[in-house]
This record gives sequence, structure tokens and C-alpha cells, in this order.
Amino acid sequence: MYKIESKNVDFFYGTFRALKNINIAIKANTVTALIGPSGCGKSTYLRLFNRMNDLIDETRITGNIFIDGKDIYAKGVNIDSLRKNVGMVFQKPNPFPKTIFENVAYGLRVNGVTDKKIIQERVETSIKLVALWDEVKDKLKKSAFELSGGQQQRLCIARALAIQPSVILMDEPTSALDPISTAKIEELIYELKTQYTIVIVTHNMQQAGRVSDTTAFFYMGELIEHDKTKIIFTNPKHERTQNYITGRFG
Amino acid sequence: MITSLTVVLIVFFLFKEGIGVFNKKPIEDGYVVTINKNNPVKNISSESIKDIYDQKITYWNQLGGTPDSIILFRLEDISNYYTDEQIGENFEGLANCINRLVDSLPNIIAFFPEKYLAPDFNGHNLNISKITLSEFLIGKEWFPTAQPVAQLGVMPLILGTLWVSLGAILIALPLGLAAAIFMSEIAKDKVRNIMKPLIELLAGIPSVVYGFFGLVVIVPLIQKTFDLPVGETGLAGSIILAIMALPTIITISEDAMRNTPRAVKEASLALGASKWQTIYKVVIPYSVSGISAGAILGIGRAIGETMAVLMVTGNAAVIPHTILAPVRTIPATIAAELGEAPNGGLHYKALFALGCILFIITLFINLTVGFISNKKKHNNH
Repeated sequence: MYKIESKNVDFFYGTFRALKNINIAIKANTVTALIGPSGCGKSTYLRLFNRMNDLIDETRITGNIFIDGKDIYAKGVNIDSLRKNVGMVFQKPNPFPKTIFENVAYGLRVNGVTDKKIIQERVETSIKLVALWDEVKDKLKKSAFELSGGQQQRLCIARALAIQPSVILMDEPTSALDPISTAKIEELIYELKTQYTIVIVTHNMQQAGRVSDTTAFFYMGELIEHDKTKIIFTNPKHERTQNYITGRFG
Repeated sequence: MITSLTVVLIVFFLFKEGIGVFNKKPIEDGYVVTINKNNPVKNISSESIKDIYDQKITYWNQLGGTPDSIILFRLEDISNYYTDEQIGENFEGLANCINRLVDSLPNIIAFFPEKYLAPDFNGHNLNISKITLSEFLIGKEWFPTAQPVAQLGVMPLILGTLWVSLGAILIALPLGLAAAIFMSEIAKDKVRNIMKPLIELLAGIPSVVYGFFGLVVIVPLIQKTFDLPVGETGLAGSIILAIMALPTIITISEDAMRNTPRAVKEASLALGASKWQTIYKVVIPYSVSGISAGAILGIGRAIGETMAVLMVTGNAAVIPHTILAPVRTIPATIAAELGEAPNGGLHYKALFALGCILFIITLFINLTVGFISNKKKHNNH
């Protein structure tokens, strides 16, 4: 069974059809990269998995998206628990104006965890998972804004991990970071794969090549091709994919 | 530069006039209060003098003297004791008459112009001391035109101002916050685009119109609801001020909330936080300095507001014990009385001193809130 399945998904901003009949199936514990030129709909598509597009007025989806076999757009679905299961990391580091500890504990607190021991333990585990523990263990009570951009982004990943989701969505997570921080996060993605299913939007071809198992190429709201990353990068079926990968357009 | 200079000039003149009140005696210029020289009472406080003339004190033993009743004497009473011939056509015998009268009646207290004080006056001229700062601040009675001795205790006015403003902010802040949250986080753009100009329109209504509204609608409502003899109460003032402060609080808080970065709100929602959790855990902490700025300006408007309050609070200068009692605020006092106060006189200067107090109160509030929001910011970043 697939972890994530999308069937005949169309998405509209008002009357503009941003996504056209998207069908993708994603296996558990894999990394899927969504690539394509700006405005192709890949970020919009990513934000469908945790229903983030619900926040935008006058949008509409048709078709179905299943996570663990359940239609997440069915009536009566609890969006808060969906989002607890589907974590998200954003383009720019966006820590809360709180301490480092409270940033990671936030997700636990809003989901009703009050046991101090459990919170302490989960925060520590999550920060260790993103390899940030040694850098911040002495300043957990300091503001998250005192960290560097790369550290902040890893903190945001730790924040998403703390509530133990099974899927992690990443929307260009390294676009605002320097090469060293980027390398650290790519390494992290590789490690996280063993426990999580990851979908990542990226503009960086090398990154898609390095971290992902499968790659989906989007163009003008359509899914052109979805296959193993190796195949997409070496022997794509469509000429458009070939042109984009080799940098001839986009 | 020019604004700060203007502020300094305003403050300078305000305080220059205001401080003048402490150089004046609370008795009317050119008048004296005298008693018989054998009266064991030698000093009477200005408050007691007022009580004597209000006939609240009627026996000398209430002031530590003999158990005789006090004989009040004002200048117009002279004809009860002496004939017109004795006084003289041009009052030339008046000084002499008063002198003899005070000398002959051991229980008299006499208030008359100093020019009728005979050179060989044989009574005891009461020394009325200047008003002290503490008398002014903690005095409980405000009768600036009382005869023979004015009472300038501003405590009821200060308390009235704080009372009404506190009530106003207690009503306006929760309502304003709720409205701001609704407009920035919940309402659709369509609703917001209608509401926002309407609320801003509220800020443009002249205060006298609010006062009129209060007088016609709120005052009778309060009178009916609480079954009071009069509806003009501190509560009516608070409600009107709350309505007037609302547009400021709503607009400023709403702007601050909308400035919460979208990314941070999304981060909270993406962690499974509900809309409400996101609002009170992320949006409000993020916009707290904007909200406190709105609150400061709201309080500022409430404390300084004059006309509407003057119209609905009943203006009794007594220390309020409940929100359902009439109160009198500092701005209302200044507005109502400045026109009647003789230029440069005691009453006039006392009103300027009131202005100084009002200035100090608002300055203090601004500094406190500024300090708090700075501290909060420091904790956040």
C-alpha cells in the first residue's frame, strides 16, 4: 500500500486551474522531490497534503488525496490531527518569538501534552535528531532568534519532528541557507528517511538528485513525469523533462 | 524639533501658572477673618472655617473652645447691630463699628474686607495659611468658590478621573481585542472591508455627539436598570469613553495583528494548533506591543476626554464609592470652571495645577506601558 496517493487532483484559485489531474503514489519511507519552473504548482500541490491551502479564500479542490488509505478531504476529517500527522518545514526559517525549548515544545503543548517529563524528553530527542543538541543545549532558555539561519531551520525541523508525524513536507527548505547549512540539512533528510515519508519541493536540481528516491516534474500545473530519480535525471521519457533538467529552460 | 519645543513650552506655561496656586491664600483677596481676642481658639483651619460658615460647626467647643454657640458675622449683617447713622453714608464709621462689635461679642467670627479693619483693631485676626501641596493633593473637598475660604482638595477629581478611565479601559480592551481578532483573523476580506471604514468613522464623530448619545440613551438606561435616582454616573462616563476609545484600540491592534508574519501563523497551524490556539499563542504575543500602544492611546483618550464625560457623569466632586455614583473628572472640571474663574486668581491657578496633575498622570501611564512593552520585546527576541 502507498503512504500517499493522489487521484485526479484538480486545484483552483478562484477560476484559475492551478493543478490539472495530478496522479501520484508515494511509498512510505522514501523521499520524493517535486521539481519544476516557478509557478508550475509544485508548492501548491505540496500544501494540499496538510490542507494548508484551506487558509486561502476562494480555493477549491476536486479529486482525492489519501494518506494511509484515508481521504484527507473527506467530510468530518479533523484538520488539526491531520496536520499533527503531516509535519511541514517552510521556505524561510520561521521560529516563534519564544525560547529555543518552547519552540520545539509548542507542537506538544498545543496538542494537549502537559507532562513535563514527556515534553522535556521529546524536545531533547527532536533536537538531537536534527544534530543541533550540542550547539544549543546550554542555551535552551534563550530566544530562538539568537540562532543562525541554518540553526533556525534545523530548529524548525526539530519542531516538526517533536509531535511525531509520519509525513514531513518541506517547501524549499534550504533556499535561504548557505552551502554548509544546506549540506547539513540534506544529510538530515537522508537520515530521517528511515522513520518518515518526506516530500520536498526544490529548485535545486543537484539537491533533488542527492536526496530523493523519486522525482516528480511539474510544468504549468501538470504532472509531466514521476519516476525514480535516477531515471528522471539520466533517461527521462519526456523531452520537456530533459530540457528542464539540463537547464535549457526554466 | 518644533514639536518638542512646543511641548516644552506648553509644559512650562502649564506648570508656571499651576504652581502659582501655592503662593496664594485660599481666602478671597483683600478679606480677613477675625474673632474676639479673648476667644481661647487662636487658629482655625480653612476647612473648619468653611464648616463654620456652612453651619456644620456651630459651637466653639467643637474647635476646642468654650461651649458657646458661634455667632456668624458677614459684612451684610452689620445693619442688624448698628444704624445707618453709625455706619455713615460712605461707610466711614464701618471700620469702627466692626471693631466694637468683635470686641463686644466673645463668640463672634467675622468675615469682612480688609479695608474695614480699624487701625486700632482689638480682635484676633486669624492667620489663613497658604495652600500646601499635600493639602491640595489629598484634600477631600473641592469648593473653589466657597466663602469665606475656598476648598481646593483635588482628591475627588483625581479619583473620579482614574475611576472613569479605569472603567472605560476595562470595558473597551476586551471588546476592542475581540473585534481586532475577528477582523484580522476570522472575518473574510469582504466583511473586513466594510467593517474597517465603519469603525474608523466612529473615531471621527465629535465628542459632544457622543455625550449627547450618552445623555439620551445610556444615562436613562442606567437609571432604569439599577433603579437609581439619577443615571448620570461614573458608569455612564466609562461606557461612553469605552465607545470612544474602541476605534483607536481596534484599528491599532488589528494592524499589529495583521503584521504577524504569515509564515509564523502557518507554522503554528502546521503543527496541529487550532485557529484559537494560534491566535492566543502566536498572534497576540507577536502583536503585544501594538496592542499595548492601542491601549495607551485608548487610555490617553479616556483620561483627557472632556465634553462627553462632562455631559454624562453628573459632575459631583465627591470621592466615588461605587461606579453608580456621580463623579467629576479633572478635564470636565477645567472645562466647566475655567470660564468662570477670574483670570490670575486662586481658582484660575488651581485649575492650571489640575492640568499639571492630568499631565503627570498621562506621562506616568505612557512611561509605564512603554516600559512594560519594552521588557516584553526584550524577552521575545
